[in-house]
Amino acid sequence: MVPLSWYLVFAAALFSIGMFGVLSRRNAVAILLGIELMLNAVNINLAAFWRYGDVRLMTGQVFAIIVFAVAAAEVAVGLALVISVYRNRHTVVADEIDMLKW
Amino acid sequence: MTGEQIVFLVVAFFTLAAGFMVVTTRNLVHAALWLVAALFGVAVTYVTLHANFLAVVQVVVYIGAIAILFIFAVMLTRRDMRDQGPQMNKNWWLGALLAVLTFGGLYFLLQGWEGMTKTATSYPVSFDAISELGSALVSPVGYVLPFEVASVLLVAALVGAVYVAFNPRNGDTRK
Repeated sequence: MVPLSWYLVFAAALFSIGMFGVLSRRNAVAILLGIELMLNAVNINLAAFWRYGDVRLMTGQVFAIIVFAVAAAEVAVGLALVISVYRNRHTVVADEIDMLKW
Repeated sequence: MTGEQIVFLVVAFFTLAAGFMVVTTRNLVHAALWLVAALFGVAVTYVTLHANFLAVVQVVVYIGAIAILFIFAVMLTRRDMRDQGPQMNKNWWLGALLAVLTFGGLYFLLQGWEGMTKTATSYPVSFDAISELGSALVSPVGYVLPFEVASVLLVAALVGAVYVAFNPRNGDTRK
């Protein structure tokens, strides 16, 4: 049987990789890709704590599903913003998107 | 080393390698495809945790909808950053340092926690996790309020996304 620590270390590593992507990439779409990796790492933790606790309490799975819904909402709004900015400014580099209004 | 452990290690290394490719590949279409690979690895991880419904939702929602949305967005915004110019900003080493420090800090914190070496109790044979999950999501003593709030959030976000990305054919009046 796999101990809980393996899942937690795996999720921590995936979270750190996603965080590196968020902090380092210039392309706004690539930043959103990193955020997806971080959300998945959180979901692995929720599922692992559900399995290693009392499986009759469904809290972990319920909140994993809510994280799915929030991830879908975040991606839809984020990509719509990126496409809108690209249409108006012809750039997707996060450094160059520094105006509130143009 | 049991079969379960070998499966977990193979899936974990595959997922971490795919995640690393997501954040380092130059070509963003390839990065989105590596994200699909990483999401499949996470789905297999759910299966090893007996969270079957989460595994199916992971494939349907993440790979079927979110990853495809990413590929469309990459293709729609591709013109200016295709192959020239750096893909990382000039402080990328700071990001790498922070990521390594985060991992080290999490690892250190988890080492000091006594629940860390816990192994799972054997899975109950006649336990129907999916029907339990369904009744937990809609029962008033369960999680009906967070569930409804999440659905309202999703509707609001999708309506907002359509409004933000909408492009009227005869001239964009917001320019």
